[in-house]
Amino acid sequence: MFNNIRKNRYPNIGENQVTDQALYEKRRHFIKTGLQAGLGISLSSYLPILAMASAQGLSERIGSAKNTRHLEPNDELNTEEQITHYNNFYELGTGKEDPYRNADALITDPWSVSIEGECENPGEYAIEDILKPHDLEERIYRLRCVEAWSMVVPWIGFPLTELVKHFKPTSKAKYIAFETIYDKESPLPGQNRRSIEWPYREGLRMDEALNPLSFMAVGLYGKVMPNQNGAPLRLVVPWKYGFKSIKSIVKIRFQEDQPPTSWNMTNAREYGFYSNVNPEVSHPRWSQAKERRVGELFKRDTLMFNGYADEVASMYSGMDLGQNY
Amino acid sequence: MKSPGNQKIRQLIKPALHISLFFPAVYLVYGFFAGTIGINPIETITHVTGQWGLRILLLSLAITPLARITRSGWLIQLRRLVGLYCFFYAVLHFSIYLVFDLSLDFGFLVEDILERPYITVGFLTFVILTLLAITSPIRIRQRMAHTMITWNRLHQMVYAAGILSIVHFLWITRVDDTEPLIYALILALLLGYRIRTAYQKIHRRQPNSTALYQ
Repeated sequence: MFNNIRKNRYPNIGENQVTDQALYEKRRHFIKTGLQAGLGISLSSYLPILAMASAQGLSERIGSAKNTRHLEPNDELNTEEQITHYNNFYELGTGKEDPYRNADALITDPWSVSIEGECENPGEYAIEDILKPHDLEERIYRLRCVEAWSMVVPWIGFPLTELVKHFKPTSKAKYIAFETIYDKESPLPGQNRRSIEWPYREGLRMDEALNPLSFMAVGLYGKVMPNQNGAPLRLVVPWKYGFKSIKSIVKIRFQEDQPPTSWNMTNAREYGFYSNVNPEVSHPRWSQAKERRVGELFKRDTLMFNGYADEVASMYSGMDLGQNY
Repeated sequence: MKSPGNQKIRQLIKPALHISLFFPAVYLVYGFFAGTIGINPIETITHVTGQWGLRILLLSLAITPLARITRSGWLIQLRRLVGLYCFFYAVLHFSIYLVFDLSLDFGFLVEDILERPYITVGFLTFVILTLLAITSPIRIRQRMAHTMITWNRLHQMVYAAGILSIVHFLWITRVDDTEPLIYALILALLLGYRIRTAYQKIHRRQPNSTALYQ
């Protein structure tokens, strides 16, 4: 059964070994032909006319994204099949393979994101306009689910801090709140049941949102984001449990108060606002000390802040992490 | 009930039970090596062995009412076979947790049993099922006739095992309770039936006992 697991190791190396070879060749070819035509595609982001990002344009931008965060020594990339066939996305069903099976139910074109609250540029923006100003990059992050499994995913996207700056939050903006798509008239298959109160909501403290690790993803494995992974725009906060990384975002709101978040609303004792990965603070029902990396047989030790402590721990200094779980 | 057809069923039912109750294990072992049981096969095996242990436990509890209702006393002899298959899946379920989740770290096992209620009740279920399995040979059953705890009393604990295993299931469920609640309903019906028959027995006796005092 483990023939589907990539056995190649990824030390700290370049993107050519991170992306699968065929795709890599395709990218190089694309860039080459683009240059031959006297017009590199990266130029398109500076030329508004060319940046009328059609779906084609986006997939090209995603395909040519440069890797800026490599695989770390003890990690191996999970396969595209693992990443796209094992998801928690209750809007598309509560089973792990339901989101893959029901992926077509999510319509991502057209898509717009409503920017609200304490900022200078609020409004309803087409997804193309949201993405236009940002250079895309590939980042390999660990993803640790609160259910004690984990993966390593090559995301494509841009830093959340870039998006935040673009909409110019005011000094009152202490938090940022996100919402996933929910249309009462035509709910997604999983939204017919009130497994949680729809829409799905998440939020970050402003300093967390501005941390360089916080990422807005629009693709993975060099391709446009599959619906089941939260197309067309999702958050990735790798030092927090996976449910904080909200999918298929339609609303971003800057606000002064801490926003309500879905799992905290569902069960406040089990899921806190912060939900930082912490092997020392158990979930009330199960231990968080170990995790099963999808594709491995035995569990491995969970790392503090999912191994990103150097980059994020200072944001929580002086806080009791047992209380602020 | 001694028709030739009935005789045939009696001959076939044991092999049929062996095949069908062993099948989930074969399916899992095959699926593990063929890569057909999902992206996280250890999780699948853990869940599926637990589910089948519980389903087979409920099946074993259904035999007595079925035998009474259909007046087929011979069905009773199937309880042991079915019960031991329940134990078989419980052993698999517990072993996978012990080996692959805990890497055989017994300190972590003790911590889990003491600190996590769903593990506590799961482990209690396993202890009960182990007791029932080791006392299941007929020789031990006969020997127990002269002990403090009668065999029947001990084996009534299978209902406790049923309740605890459903609690175990409910406590690990994150959102969708449907499946454990269906099992809870079935167990409630089976337990209700047993309570009713016990109650009827007492009532049937009562006219006689009062007759003594007349």
